Amino acid sequence: MGSIRFQGVNKVFGPASSGVKVLDDINLDIAEREFVAIVGPSGCGKTTCLRMVAGFEAPTSGIVSVSGRTVTEPGPDRAVVFQQFALFPWKTVRANIDLGLRNKNLPKDQRDDLIANALKLMNLESHAEAFPHQLSGGMQQRVAIARAYVLDPEVLLMDEPFGALDAQTRVVMQEELVRLARVNPRTVLFITHAVEEAVYLADRVAIMTRRPGRIKEILDVRTVRQSENWDRFNKIEDVMDLESFVHLRTHIWRSLREEKGAQGV
Amino acid sequence: MTQAPLSLSQRLGWGLLGVTLLLGLWTLLTATGFVPRQFLPSPLEVATRFTTLLTSPFAGATLPVHLASSFQRYAYGVILAAAVGIPLGLLMGWFRLLDDIVTPIFDALRFIAPIAWVPFAALWFGTGMGGPVMIIFAGAFPPCLINAYRGARFVEPRLIEAARMLGTGHIRMILEILLPAAVPSIIAGLRVSAGLGWQSLVGAELIVAAAGVGFMMVQAQGSVQTATVMSGMIAIGVVGMAIDVALRQGESWLRRRRGLES
Repeated sequence: MGSIRFQGVNKVFGPASSGVKVLDDINLDIAEREFVAIVGPSGCGKTTCLRMVAGFEAPTSGIVSVSGRTVTEPGPDRAVVFQQFALFPWKTVRANIDLGLRNKNLPKDQRDDLIANALKLMNLESHAEAFPHQLSGGMQQRVAIARAYVLDPEVLLMDEPFGALDAQTRVVMQEELVRLARVNPRTVLFITHAVEEAVYLADRVAIMTRRPGRIKEILDVRTVRQSENWDRFNKIEDVMDLESFVHLRTHIWRSLREEKGAQGV
Repeated sequence: MTQAPLSLSQRLGWGLLGVTLLLGLWTLLTATGFVPRQFLPSPLEVATRFTTLLTSPFAGATLPVHLASSFQRYAYGVILAAAVGIPLGLLMGWFRLLDDIVTPIFDALRFIAPIAWVPFAALWFGTGMGGPVMIIFAGAFPPCLINAYRGARFVEPRLIEAARMLGTGHIRMILEILLPAAVPSIIAGLRVSAGLGWQSLVGAELIVAAAGVGFMMVQAQGSVQTATVMSGMIAIGVVGMAIDVALRQGESWLRRRRGLES
């Protein structure tokens, strides 16, 4: 299991001198098995943070490292769940999940076992031979999560994974993710602009400023969750009713609204 | 101007009208003697000649035998173009360096008409099978390469990122991600290739010494048998049309299949 570290990370799109600065001196440590959500106004560079951990983009200066190793390129130790699912349309659910395992050169029977587990974990057993377009958005995102989980990655990177889903499906998926996190805790970097989602899912929530994005504040949700015993509830609405939840949520809302105010919106 | 779409039988009807008008004009021009018959044979003369050619040989073979011989060269040329063009296009779509090396050469070569290769084709590969196949190849190759390349180059970036994140290597990336994503573009390219290859046929057969529709036409031209030349033209047109219809059927079948599957 891995940790994530941002050390003095800056990112400029375009030429270093005249380009657009999107990230300004990001410093963040995510411990093993910790779930950190980044929230921020749109365009603040939160997705860029995730893409740098994934290895899709390099920092202009500073270091992004996973388990102490500087990230240089994408790899299966850092599995990504994309907002638009990014499933391969010409592959079945099974084949989509299998690709990463085949790339690891695992023997067939071992892959079959791992796929069976992943399908079961995400309640996809009856859809193994379906093609992505035959599934609903929520189902497709389950496949994408299964495809990431099955790799047993050091860290899981989720880029607004429920942003493309309808409200009801979204809630189901959020509860599902909490269930997964209890069964099998992972190091997760979760990007979202939905404040409730961040508070409900994360151990810590990092709030970013508008562009150029800086980390304005990091909230410890886990302490509150444990002291108020949120985990006794299985339904998100029960947790969302708690005073401790409301308090945190309002705090983040205010903080984000200041950013919007500063932007003149 | 917008119109309601026509039914298939209506469209066939209008198409038939066009053909009839053309034949009518042709008959008028020849029957009145407005155009001398050594310049333009009458439709009836051509039809008679065409029928005769189906069974009695000219320039060593009947028209169907010439056609079969042409079609064989054509098939080799197009298959070779696909076999080289599609893999090369996919590789160029993935390896930027290869793209940079090949593209300038290719961009210059593709403007050379296939028929311009005739002297070298004959010199290098002879006038039997090799030379004509090379000329058809020259006609059919560019769309194969360009469409495979574009299909591979413009795959949705998210899918490439997903594959890279899953640790996919180069070979698997090309075979399992770029190729399936590029299939619609490749099929469209194959259709264009098939058409251009068939168009290059007569040029290719200018240098043939034995059989083929082009060869037959060149021989007939030598002895001013205009009706025979015209018969060859009609045969080329009809077969070309049939090839296109067949490929279009194949393409729409594939689209329907992908519609279900992708």
